Amino acid sequence: MPKVKVPRKSTVIDMTAMCDVASLLLTFFILTATARQPEPLPVDTPSSTVKIKVPETDIGTVTVGTGKVFFGVKGQLIRERMLEKMGERYKIQFTPEEKKRFSLMESFGVDIHQLKQIIAMSGDARNKAGLQPGIPMDSVGNTASQLHDWIYNARVATKEVDDAQMRVSIKGDSKEAYPTIKKVINILQRQKVNKFSLITSLEGLD
Amino acid sequence: MAELDTSGGGKKKGGKIRSKKHTARVDMTPMVDLMFLLITFFMLTTTLAKPQAMDLAMPDKDVNKPEEQLDVADNRTMNVLLGNKDRIEWYIGMADNPLTPPTVENYGKDGIRKALLDQAKQIKAKYGKDIMVLIKPSDKSNYKNLVDILDEIKITNLQRYAIVDIADAEVGLLKRDNIY
Repeated sequence: MPKVKVPRKSTVIDMTAMCDVASLLLTFFILTATARQPEPLPVDTPSSTVKIKVPETDIGTVTVGTGKVFFGVKGQLIRERMLEKMGERYKIQFTPEEKKRFSLMESFGVDIHQLKQIIAMSGDARNKAGLQPGIPMDSVGNTASQLHDWIYNARVATKEVDDAQMRVSIKGDSKEAYPTIKKVINILQRQKVNKFSLITSLEGLD
Repeated sequence: MAELDTSGGGKKKGGKIRSKKHTARVDMTPMVDLMFLLITFFMLTTTLAKPQAMDLAMPDKDVNKPEEQLDVADNRTMNVLLGNKDRIEWYIGMADNPLTPPTVENYGKDGIRKALLDQAKQIKAKYGKDIMVLIKPSDKSNYKNLVDILDEIKITNLQRYAIVDIADAEVGLLKRDNIY
């Protein structure tokens, strides 16, 4: 019987093209990726099925977790202007250097009287968990709470700088008790902000 | 292809010295592996990092005029009370005289969503008007419960709902059913 010769084929394939495509895609994704800012108050947001993205500009975020409230607004110019207005309100002078440093902070959570110390810290030290005690949100008598003033001045600053309405979003921790959230909502409603967003992460429709 | 011609031109005369043929082929498999790993990483982080925003409109509230309340018909109002331990209690009508017995439900597809859909259909058939859902979170519920119930409202596509403060009688109901 004649032997059937199976032709031996080399298993090596040329991967140059594949490599080209891969590096092209890699470059694309690296360039489009936005670096995530470290947060001083990490929260685990609840999931929902809504698919509306959070806008990138003119948005103020109230972060609520473990009973603490942090506040941050997008845009360096807006942050600088907001600090100026808060300084006027509470009669605290901020130096231009401090304003510059503050404008680079994504969010913060201290009493305004201790804000200078937080500004003076380095970014790593500032974001250490448990360092910042949260913005006071209890109103004393008829004077509004500090959180109220921060949100209000952020809205004024957004209007001045960008000529746009600032959206307020609440980023709460899943485990956060409802009374804390209610307090924040009441503060918003006191300044006639009746429409705001709740930030959630994505969940599949079950 | 990715091979370089290293045979040396062949222009030299009397080219007796034959250099060994070396192909410059490099095995690219690990490199491609690494590339795809990085691509996967960047793809996942860029698309999933962006959070979603759930819009919420609260009813107007004036501190100076607390009596200015909107009245809604009690027979087509569904009250949803959020208790602790991720449980819900709902009834139709008023707390002291509920039209349906208060029922304890779970979150999710077979729990409150079914109740919402059933009641919406019944009320629509009975009165020809849409159901009104009042969400009343108790102090023992957490933020996740609030988002979950709002999500259920979005899924069931009910248009009329509001978040309202819970009344003492309703806290009593929750206490009776041991979910406060």
